[in-house]
Amino acid sequence: MLTPVTTIHYLALSAALLLIGTLGVLMRRNIVVILMSIELILNAVNINLVAFSRHFDNMYGQIFAMFVIAVAVAEAAIGLGILIALFRNKTTVLADEIDLLKW
Amino acid sequence: MNFLDSIWLIPLFPLFGAAVMLLIGKRLDPQAPSEVMIAPDMEHRADDHGHSHSDHSHSHDDHGHGHGHHDAAPATRILVSLLCPGMVLASFLLSLGAVLQLTAKAEKFHEVVQFTWIAGLPFKMSTGATALFSADWGFLLDPLSSVMILVVTGIGFLIHVYSIGYMAHDGGYYRFFAYLNLFVFFMLMLVLANNYALLFVGWEGVGLCSYLLIGFYFHKKSAGDAGKKAFIVNRIGDAGFLLAMLLMFATIGSVRFLEVNQVLHSGKFGPEAAGFGVLSAIALLLFVGATGKSAQFPLYTWLPDAMEGPTPVSALIHAATMVTAGVYMVARSNALFQLTPETSTIVLVVGGFTAILSASIALVQNDIKRVLAYSTVSQLGFMFMAAGAGAYWVAVFHLYTHAFFKALLFLGSGSVIHACSGEQDMRKMGALKDKIPVTHRTMFIASVAIAGIPGLAGFFSKDEILWQVFSSHHGSKAVYTVGLVTAFMTAFYMWRLMYMTFYGDSRVEPEVAKHIHESPATMTIPLSVLAAGSILAGWIGVPKLWSALPDGFRLFEHWLEPVFKPVAAAAVPEHHADHAVEWMLMGLSVAIAAAGILLARYFYSKPYKGEPIEGVSKGLYTTLLNKWYVDEIYDFLFVNGLAKGGGLLFGRFDSAVVDGGVNGAGWLTRFTSSVSIWWDTWIVDGAVRLGSFLVKMSSYPTRIVQTGYVQAYALMIVAGVAILFGYYIMR
Repeated sequence: MLTPVTTIHYLALSAALLLIGTLGVLMRRNIVVILMSIELILNAVNINLVAFSRHFDNMYGQIFAMFVIAVAVAEAAIGLGILIALFRNKTTVLADEIDLLKW
Repeated sequence: MNFLDSIWLIPLFPLFGAAVMLLIGKRLDPQAPSEVMIAPDMEHRADDHGHSHSDHSHSHDDHGHGHGHHDAAPATRILVSLLCPGMVLASFLLSLGAVLQLTAKAEKFHEVVQFTWIAGLPFKMSTGATALFSADWGFLLDPLSSVMILVVTGIGFLIHVYSIGYMAHDGGYYRFFAYLNLFVFFMLMLVLANNYALLFVGWEGVGLCSYLLIGFYFHKKSAGDAGKKAFIVNRIGDAGFLLAMLLMFATIGSVRFLEVNQVLHSGKFGPEAAGFGVLSAIALLLFVGATGKSAQFPLYTWLPDAMEGPTPVSALIHAATMVTAGVYMVARSNALFQLTPETSTIVLVVGGFTAILSASIALVQNDIKRVLAYSTVSQLGFMFMAAGAGAYWVAVFHLYTHAFFKALLFLGSGSVIHACSGEQDMRKMGALKDKIPVTHRTMFIASVAIAGIPGLAGFFSKDEILWQVFSSHHGSKAVYTVGLVTAFMTAFYMWRLMYMTFYGDSRVEPEVAKHIHESPATMTIPLSVLAAGSILAGWIGVPKLWSALPDGFRLFEHWLEPVFKPVAAAAVPEHHADHAVEWMLMGLSVAIAAAGILLARYFYSKPYKGEPIEGVSKGLYTTLLNKWYVDEIYDFLFVNGLAKGGGLLFGRFDSAVVDGGVNGAGWLTRFTSSVSIWWDTWIVDGAVRLGSFLVKMSSYPTRIVQTGYVQAYALMIVAGVAILFGYYIMR
């Protein structure tokens, strides 16, 4: 007998995704992967929003998730654009080789 | 028109000419630069000793070259030829007008002051008081300066006209006329000045023009050297003049001629018959100045070398006008010399010595212009003999007659040189009489005149000098004898020149002989005018002895009387001339002159075979040919000494003291700069670096946080979020 999927499961999945995404952003060297990790974080949020939307039985959360997806698309486009510009200048996509953000 | 008030215009005309020539002359008479540099070597100068003539063909080539370019002279050159002599002619006409108006004046002087030139320089007088040294830019026309301006502008004009023909083949035509006009300006300033300071301006100016014109052929080293020699030797005399002028102001209190004379005539200063007072010092220093400018012993050595200049220059500057400036100045200061008989005696002796010394050198010189140069020195000696004997009007009279016949002789010699394609050595001339007849006739007249044959200009002045030296209170029988011997030598060397040049056998080189031609009219007309002057000029100063003639024949002495009036305090007893003695002496000097001419005829009318004096005494001949070795003695005594002293100064003084000073200053600068460097490095830089070090230290904790790694920042964000969450949860 399968246990029905409840809100708490969704929240657990969302927390796991958030943790994985956060660790990915903090620990991976490749900026492409970091961007992908950011997508994980955003999607963790989306799952959260949708889960609470179902839980409270109103559409606000789902509509907000749509917005998040749209913003995430824009963010990915800009992020990749910056990444290409960076690669042209530094010939690298490894975050620990780029340390211009000081002084 | 009131010419007397416009005498300031007289010097202005030549100045205008010179200014125009110097400013736009090059456009009026353009020449290719190369032509200037290889200008025909008209003044080809015989070697000092006359032995080396290896470069003759060169000089002939140059002459031919000059002819080739003659027709190519630009049309505007005629403007140069008209303007410059025209300016001098204008001056001459103005002078003539002014002098004619002066004769009508009761008071025989006219002073025009233009403006104050030197205004009130504090000056310590000999009394200890402080006075103000001042001098005006003013002109004084009196009988003496009127004679001078007429000589300068009149003969100057003739020589300008002559130069048109003579310089036609030369490069730097406009430059020549610019300098010549500038010279006339300064000479007129010299003779028209109303005070010693302004006279000195003209005095230095003519020295400058003399230098420029002696070195006219500047591409020849000998010409440049001669110019420098003339300038430097003149400096010695000028130093004397300057000291005399300052001493005069300190003693008398003025340098204005009229004031100085007034003081000297007033009896404030007694005659310094015995001993050597301050007036004697002034007079002697003035005379030092005169020996420089008028080429007297010991400063005469520059004049023969000055023959490096073009021949018209030799005629104008080094025979007729500039070299007589010393005589003019002594005559101008006659009151001073009357009060200082000792100095007058020095003038007399120096004049006599110079006369006989240079006449003896002239006996054997082979360069036609050098003979005339030494003759000029000798004649200037005669003028100083007259001045020293107190016969100032005779000195000026001889100056005036000498200007005619010596200018004529120089211009004639220039014409001869012109005919002989630049040849100056008389041993390469001879029998030119029929080939250049006008030159021969005019030079004949001049030679008769200078020899002292009665009836011509030279006789009157020279005989009067000899008589004054013999009879005057300040004269001397010994100096008279010297003068007589010199007169004999003069006749001899002049007729040696005539015979070697115009008579006897022809020794002209065949190549030159082909080109012999009489000079153009611009050259022969001035010769003829001067020849007429050489005959007639003397008739306004006939001896007192010839009392049968009306008083007009003694015009010259009367005319100058107001200038040379005797100083009462130094009055000398009137000498009672014994007429028999005077007639006898006159006969003697004429006989001497005739003897000189005849002796020259005896030796030189035959084909030329060396100098007869060489046969008598080889040593004497060599000594004379080498000018008594005076130049060598000067080289040994002064020039080499100066050079050696200069070397010593350079070797020791320069390297030790001057260089030492410079090096010391350099060391001091380096030392102070090293102190400054230390201060900069440790104190200034130290303070700055300490500040930066402190900032750096304090920034250290912040810096370790800011790594530049985006992930580190992200980690901090996460940490911050965790902390905030923790805080809200735990609360």
